[in-house]
Amino acid sequence: MSNEKPTWKNMPLAGIIFEPATSKKYRTGDFRSSKPIIDVKLCTKCRMCWVFCPDSAVSKTPEGLYEIDMEYCKGCGICAVECAPKAIKMEDEEE
Amino acid sequence: MTQTNFYRSIKDFPEEEFFAPGHRACQGCGETVAVRHILKAAGPDVIVISATGCMEVVSSPYPFTSWAIPWLHVAFENAGAVASGVERGLLALKRKGILSQKTIKVIALAGDGGTADIGLQALSGALERGHDFVYVCTDNEAYMNTGIQRSGSTPFGAWTTTSPPGEVKPAGQMTWKKNMPEIAAAHEIPYVATATVAYPVDLINKAKKALEIKGPAYLHVYSPCPPGWRISSEKTIQMSRLGVQTGIFPIFEIENGKRLLTVKPSRRKPVREYLKLQGRFKHLSDSDVEIIQKRIDEQCNQYGLPSL
Amino acid sequence: MPKHIAIEGSHAASLAVKLANVDVVAAYPITPQTHIIEKIAEYIANGELDAEYINVESEHSAMSACIGASSIGSRVYTSTAGQGLALMHELIFIAAGYRLPIVMNVANRSLSPNLNIWGDHSDMMASRDCGWIQIYCENAQEVFDHTLQAFKISEDERVLLPVAVCLDGFNVTHVIEPLIPLNQNEVNKFLPAHRKAAYTLHPDHPSSWGNVGTPDVQTELKVQNEESLKDSKNVIAEVWQQFEKLYGRGYDFVEPYRMEDADFAIMMMGGFCGTARAAVDNLRKQGVKIGLIKLKLFRPFPIQEIIQSMQSLDAVAVVDRAISSGGLGGPVYEDVRSTLYDLKRRPIIMSVIAGIGGRDITVSDFESIGKHVIDTASKGVSSKPLFIQVRS
Repeated sequence: MSNEKPTWKNMPLAGIIFEPATSKKYRTGDFRSSKPIIDVKLCTKCRMCWVFCPDSAVSKTPEGLYEIDMEYCKGCGICAVECAPKAIKMEDEEE
Repeated sequence: MTQTNFYRSIKDFPEEEFFAPGHRACQGCGETVAVRHILKAAGPDVIVISATGCMEVVSSPYPFTSWAIPWLHVAFENAGAVASGVERGLLALKRKGILSQKTIKVIALAGDGGTADIGLQALSGALERGHDFVYVCTDNEAYMNTGIQRSGSTPFGAWTTTSPPGEVKPAGQMTWKKNMPEIAAAHEIPYVATATVAYPVDLINKAKKALEIKGPAYLHVYSPCPPGWRISSEKTIQMSRLGVQTGIFPIFEIENGKRLLTVKPSRRKPVREYLKLQGRFKHLSDSDVEIIQKRIDEQCNQYGLPSL
Repeated sequence: MPKHIAIEGSHAASLAVKLANVDVVAAYPITPQTHIIEKIAEYIANGELDAEYINVESEHSAMSACIGASSIGSRVYTSTAGQGLALMHELIFIAAGYRLPIVMNVANRSLSPNLNIWGDHSDMMASRDCGWIQIYCENAQEVFDHTLQAFKISEDERVLLPVAVCLDGFNVTHVIEPLIPLNQNEVNKFLPAHRKAAYTLHPDHPSSWGNVGTPDVQTELKVQNEESLKDSKNVIAEVWQQFEKLYGRGYDFVEPYRMEDADFAIMMMGGFCGTARAAVDNLRKQGVKIGLIKLKLFRPFPIQEIIQSMQSLDAVAVVDRAISSGGLGGPVYEDVRSTLYDLKRRPIIMSVIAGIGGRDITVSDFESIGKHVIDTASKGVSSKPLFIQVRS
């Protein structure tokens, strides 16, 4: 998808977006002022972080652990609060 | 009456996301958690019709869309009517052999404003006509997307920008929350359920059940909103849980007229524990809180929730 | 010898809808449209038409359901009048903006207040900027023909716009007239049995419709839609020619009557054109060189055809069955006047407003209008709108 703005001639009809899930191209990680850090030693793979993330920013690694996609994480802190073994801490985002 | 356990635990949840990241919801948004899991229950063969509201606006700033499935937004008050047209259109085209016989589910998705207020007529018509679809109301208890104005679903005592507590009217919102699940149930549809984001297994199972049932189903999902409820963004799920534990969010299903609680706290907490944590209730006096407690006690009696 | 049947204007519309093999009908009853949709419901109940009939709970929901059904590829129909059209107002813009084929018969009815169920054009005129193609019918034959043609025009890939086929409430809807119908085999030569949708909402190719459009993109969308409405003129003409080739009945955007040597004209849309013609004949007998210019296509406005029909005239009265509130007179008059503005030599154009809320316009009323045209022409002054029949 080009960054050029559409002309009235080449704009897809009716303002429709003809591809699914194009929001993946937008970095909501820039919203953050604090970020979650997972201590993998404490992780019990309970999946609470994954299930409660409003931004689907948590995914399973090949080892079955969980990692947070910093492209999208808005730093809301829900994962840190809901993590059952308290393995997630929120730290200030550096400038 | 049974709650069929399509998913026994969080580990059974489908991995695939049909609501993509990159949407513009606030940090800690409760509704997006609900939408994620409802779409997992639906799978790819679904058409979602959104009313104007938070979920519609945050998910579709041109040219970015968070919907991995076909999605139609038309206006504010007509999710029920647009869904009716989609559902009948699919029926007609399949019958005439223009579309394959593949089952395509229809979900209408609206907020509390688009359901209890401006959308009530279209919802009522769709339920009465018996369309085979699921209507999901994500209830954050006000017109949040336009800046926290009150809706018919705003609870008694809540601050909103159009029901602000002031010198002459100190209580904020002065009427009680409209009982949408009971209104839906009064249409005698096959399935009505309430759910909330703190109990995702309960939520996803109800979504799946609603989708499997033939005819109209109504799912009401209580969804905390950090900016609108004046809580910090990490407290969303806690607040949802407290809502259930205080009896403010009764979590049940109504199947062919029979009611069943599906999340039943063993002990009920006083409403103060929920109210004091939210900035939107901080102006309430002790007697206001007592009035709310009394009302919630009556509600809990009705639904078979434990006494305090 | 073609076989005529006697039929109500409403039922001519219903018959066209049946022959068009629509997939979904979503409609809410309002006088004077009710006969149209009642007949369609009967056809469906008797198995003469295979379609889903959604008994919606308001006109707003009727257009909502039409948008939903059309977005997934159905051939869709609705009908309304007066307050009902006003109630669907926000949605008719969306229907056109989403480039959705939808056909709607509007049984033109006066807008409240008062509560008036009778005919005039104020309903469609209040919504004229919606982006729909708008065609006006004089009689049952035109209702039948134009409604059938509307499906073809609407679904053409070069158009993809909804079409409103208008018929005067009571004056056309409830009057029994002769109709040369078509049978299904004949219609099948003209209109494919099913819509071949250019793009649809479907899980096999997910898309998002109705997105948030910032100031960055809104203009482009509106311009694109505006150009498509203007361009639809060519397809409308093409479809009307195809129809004429098949069935022998042809139509033009602007239809002149006794205009070959005329110096003066009356312009009119819809059911009262017949009455106007009788007045023209009477005036001609008195030696007045006057004719009728019947306007059929209102949107997109047929600029060239209007200029052609009027440029050499001395004076024209444009008779509107609606008022352009706070404007210069009637809405058709305003468009005609703007259209002729750039000509080096312009006829005098005057606005006449008549037939409001079902008030009859008689032959003698049209004769007075004709006389008024000549009178004003000789004075060389273009007058304020003339409300004929109003009691002062």
